[in-house]
Amino acid sequence: MLTIKNLKAKIETEEGEKQILKGINLKVNAGEVHAIMGPNGSGKSTLASVLTGREGYDVTEGEVLFEGKDLLEDSPEDRARHGIFLAFQYPIEIPGVSNTNFLKTAINEIRKSKGEEAMSSVDFLKMIKEKAKLVGLDPQMISRYVNVGFSGGEKKRNEIFQLAMLNPKLSILDETDSGLDIDALRTVADGVNKLKTKENAFIVITHYQRLLDYIIPDYVHVMYNGRIVKSGGKELALKLEEQGYDWITEEKEEAAV
Amino acid sequence: MENTETGNTDLKLSLLTEFQNFEKNLNGEAESAFHKIRKDAFESFKELGFPNKKLEDWKYTNLNPILKLNLKHSLTEYKSALTKADIKKYLIKDSDINLLVFVNGHYDKNLSEVVTKDENVFIGSFSEGMKKYRDVIENHFGKYADYKKNGLIALNTAFAADGCFIYVKKGYEVTEAIHILNISDAVNETYISQLRNLIIAEEGAGLKVVNDYHTIGDKHCFTNVVTEIFCETKSDVSHYKIQNDSDNAYYIGTTQVHQDKDSKFSDTTISWGGAITRNDLNSVFDGTNTECHFYGLYLLTGRQHVDNHTLADHKSPHCYSNELYKGIIDDNATGVFNGKIMVREDAQKTNAYQSNNNILLSDDATIYSKPQLEIFADDVKCSHGATTGQLNENEMFYLQSRGISKENARTLLLYAFSSDVIDSIKIDELREIIVKKLESKLKKEV
Repeated sequence: MLTIKNLKAKIETEEGEKQILKGINLKVNAGEVHAIMGPNGSGKSTLASVLTGREGYDVTEGEVLFEGKDLLEDSPEDRARHGIFLAFQYPIEIPGVSNTNFLKTAINEIRKSKGEEAMSSVDFLKMIKEKAKLVGLDPQMISRYVNVGFSGGEKKRNEIFQLAMLNPKLSILDETDSGLDIDALRTVADGVNKLKTKENAFIVITHYQRLLDYIIPDYVHVMYNGRIVKSGGKELALKLEEQGYDWITEEKEEAAV
Repeated sequence: MENTETGNTDLKLSLLTEFQNFEKNLNGEAESAFHKIRKDAFESFKELGFPNKKLEDWKYTNLNPILKLNLKHSLTEYKSALTKADIKKYLIKDSDINLLVFVNGHYDKNLSEVVTKDENVFIGSFSEGMKKYRDVIENHFGKYADYKKNGLIALNTAFAADGCFIYVKKGYEVTEAIHILNISDAVNETYISQLRNLIIAEEGAGLKVVNDYHTIGDKHCFTNVVTEIFCETKSDVSHYKIQNDSDNAYYIGTTQVHQDKDSKFSDTTISWGGAITRNDLNSVFDGTNTECHFYGLYLLTGRQHVDNHTLADHKSPHCYSNELYKGIIDDNATGVFNGKIMVREDAQKTNAYQSNNNILLSDDATIYSKPQLEIFADDVKCSHGATTGQLNENEMFYLQSRGISKENARTLLLYAFSSDVIDSIKIDELREIIVKKLESKLKKEV
């Protein structure tokens, strides 16, 4: 589904250009859950931003193929229409736009791009009810303005609700666990598990292991200093939980000497 | 600068002649108390003239383009050729609404329809009102809008002949909204319209008034309006001003409100038409526990210029005022916001808030925003703030990442930005019209 080859990217900062991604290689197949872990500043969120087309990142080398097609030239909306979804670390509040209106616009634009007709209001409302129940979102939140007055946990849950509504092929969860108490974490993870199929894939970006107790990854990758320095199964996440990131960074620094 | 003086003088001279003609046609009325005010106001106008950019309040708004026009003043004889079919597209709804139509400053009785028929209410033209309620009009006319200081108010007062007169007696609530449809017919000639409105809500009365402005035709036109609103104790008045004029239309208007204790007043001004527009909105709180809301939205493109000056004048203690003005400015357009909160010495326990937010969509768009707070009391809660910026990139990305195109994301965000002003419109049909128009304007915009 997704193939990342030697991806390098930099950003413009006040102190000049800064290389953040220094050659990422990753392959994600349908039906898989990949966890990307790593200390702060290792480039995890930058990877999510580059994959979804956020402005301000300059890809200097490498390529990203989604279902065999080059992704990097596409606009963020086109990537979404191809089936890529980002659950934001910090979801945006949009006063004046209701969740319903927002999702209806999104769904119908995606359908339009595929030459499909707009969804009927009846079908749309039915889907809203069904998906809200699936992710445990209070139906009252849906008629409210997007994320306005939502608690941190409600915002994250709303991200997963949007995910459920848009039904993407590849979902990237950027630190979805941050700011969640254990109950909220469990509901969010539960929602993701219900949405998992053989046809879709998930990339779960997280600093901590605890989310992976609930969303069991097939692969765990450790990012450090702009590269994936270690890959393994779910046991790698447990080792990181017990021993922290130091052993990896030390290993890397020794190798560099 | 020389042009200003010449233009100013030429137009002033022609207005002087017109005023003399105007007086001749007043027949028996020339000696009335009402006309004495007009005469007095004309003397003020002669002295003050048109405001120029040297005055602090007119620093950013240049009236030269208006003064250079060869304006035709239609004072006594004007017969509109418009039919009901011509104005159909401007109506807010078909029934349960009072409609007063003014064409080039003159009341058109045939196009108007008053549905609220109750002895406690008068809704009609100024001249009709004079026949029935001369004493009431004379009691209020010219008392609130100060023609001694403002040349344009003076000019309007001097020529005050037509406009609307709305009078709601004690305790009566007018359930049907009152739509004052002002049309500049600029198909063949360049007209100056001077409308004079007087709205009186007696104790406990309630009403909703929509003043909206449209232009037909491509010739220039100039509208100079003064609306005086008197809100007696416990009355509740909502006023909406919607400016839809053409690119060749010039508009200057003062809404002067006087609030007695326990009264409630709300104004929403939406400006998205016209070449040069200047709105003055002032409310004086002459009694405790009054409540006042000012909402404004300006959406400007091309070379449009809109100047909003507001004043919340806290003369009495325990009053509340809240102001929210929002602007979206594109191309080479210019917006001016000057909002003043005056808290006088006696106005303890004042609550006064004000905010002005602007989004600039092009490098050549300009906003001059000046929030002003003058406080002479020591136990008050006041705040004001102004922001100016572009569309937020994070918000844009959030919407795009859900599959929404850049264009639609911009429309959605600009709509969201405007929504709290739109929500202040309490007449459902009007709000729907405004929402539709806003959406289509924003779509064209981006």
